[in-house]
Amino acid sequence: MTQAPTMTQSQSQILADKPLVVAGRTLGSRLIIGTGKYASYEQNARALEASGAEMITVAIRRVNLSDPSEPRLVDFIDPEKYIFLPNTAGCFTGEDAVRTLRLAREAGGWSLVKLEVLSDPKHLYPDMTETLRAAELLIKDGFDVMVYCSDDPVFARKLEEIGCCAIMPLGAPIGSGLGIQNPVNIRLIIEQSSVPVIVDAGVGTASDATVAMELGCDGVLMNTAIAEAKNPVLMASAMKHAVIAGRQSYLAGRMPKKRYADPSSPLSGLI
Amino acid sequence: MLQLTVNGEARQIAAGSRIADLVRELGLDGRKIAVERNLEIVARSRYGTDTLAQDDRIEIVAFVGGG
Repeated sequence: MTQAPTMTQSQSQILADKPLVVAGRTLGSRLIIGTGKYASYEQNARALEASGAEMITVAIRRVNLSDPSEPRLVDFIDPEKYIFLPNTAGCFTGEDAVRTLRLAREAGGWSLVKLEVLSDPKHLYPDMTETLRAAELLIKDGFDVMVYCSDDPVFARKLEEIGCCAIMPLGAPIGSGLGIQNPVNIRLIIEQSSVPVIVDAGVGTASDATVAMELGCDGVLMNTAIAEAKNPVLMASAMKHAVIAGRQSYLAGRMPKKRYADPSSPLSGLI
Repeated sequence: MLQLTVNGEARQIAAGSRIADLVRELGLDGRKIAVERNLEIVARSRYGTDTLAQDDRIEIVAFVGGG
């Protein structure tokens, strides 16, 4: 009995993990979720609570002038309680993205933003030359830029060098739910980066989030995997646990893979 | 009356109106919005002082759900 590891030991190892810090903001959860595609803002708010996420992405759009009384995101999700991360979804040029985020800063009063400059509606892959150019413009203008990018380590390094506060490579195309398609590149980006690396896009189910975290990512950002699950609130809870499991698994360090079996019970003392 | 374009739609407002008057007429008081006038952001502190002009193109945006 005295040989058994105590709970206190394992708990202290878990607690030894440092929290995720992005541009000076400490996040209690390594899961960041989007707020698009839900059946309602009410469902969105319940999923958010179940996910344990503290940061959410939001979009900037024209106010509906024909119905000023339509439900508003901020009536269901309190910007004082959660960190709103305005995005540039739907922007296809650097100028569009900069214009959108300047408006977001005016509307919200904060400078932490998610930059994404897309190329082709078919695959929504980021246009990396425009992304790099827009990131430079935004950083010069005083923004803290979390940047959605391709899984190319060369561009990821350039984005870090110009001052992006988080590198967010895609795991798979936005909304595809295909899971992490290029773990080799994601790991290269993690190894070279000194700012947080957050896999953004491509997660389809809980095990995908765990795979991303086991690679050593600092966090995972997802939207469709939760919003388009049959039960989004339950999937949000699954994602919360998946991210924690992946993080702890990464910190714990997995056993080496072997080509042959290795019995778990002692071979000596067999009757 | 002044002719404006607000979020892509034609709209009239009394001459001499300020940004704050437009925001009030649209029922957007007290909301987390941002206003752009002819591609220039209007700081909230200037809603009460900036006077609208003929053919101004106004964009009024807010946060919505997004990924």
